[in-house]
Amino acid sequence: MSYQERRAIVNFISSILITTLYSLYMFQRYPDTDAYSVEVFRYWGWFILILIPVSIVARIIIYIIFIILNTIATRELEPSISDERDKLIELKSARISLYVFTLGFLLAMISLVLEQPPSVMFIILISAGLLSDTLNELAQFYFYRRGF
Amino acid sequence: MDERRLNNNIRRLRFDHDEMTQQQLADAVGVTRQTIAAIEKGKYSPSLELAFRMALIFGLPLEKVFSYDLIHEKGQEEE
Repeated sequence: MSYQERRAIVNFISSILITTLYSLYMFQRYPDTDAYSVEVFRYWGWFILILIPVSIVARIIIYIIFIILNTIATRELEPSISDERDKLIELKSARISLYVFTLGFLLAMISLVLEQPPSVMFIILISAGLLSDTLNELAQFYFYRRGF
Repeated sequence: MDERRLNNNIRRLRFDHDEMTQQQLADAVGVTRQTIAAIEKGKYSPSLELAFRMALIFGLPLEKVFSYDLIHEKGQEEE
């Protein structure tokens, strides 16, 4: 298994882990009020705003740990460049990720049209974000395994 | 239209050039070792520019490094 394949697996696991743990922590703080109150919107605003930096910091820490463990285990250093194949794989994976998130966004809008509470829309949006992110990593793993 | 496949002689050419490693070739043409491995196995078709860079490293014309061969039904290739 190549360095890029291992990195995709680590990113896939860390995405699921970070979002799941963060969501479990935040759901305990869900405001006990009317589903359409300002408090609920404020809660979801904070949910997404805090998720972004938490996710970035956690990913950096996990990535550093991965680099150290990978270097110890395989004695293979991280590739210093990103070549044409890397960029092609990145573009193809990003396209899949974008399609999935767009579909999630449309589903979130449909939930509003169907008069679902705002929390449903936010949960669909966050789930679409997680799904698009994990599919991006899975697609990268698949393309690196296949060759391009 | 006939079905064709891009083949290469990179592995043999590396051997003929003082047993050049994949990493040495990768560094010379500016890609990762994994990309050289994927090209050698026929899993990845390089860009025209990269193909020319590899040919230059071996000091050979492009057609001596890469060939575009017909594929027979049984999966065999024709020169």
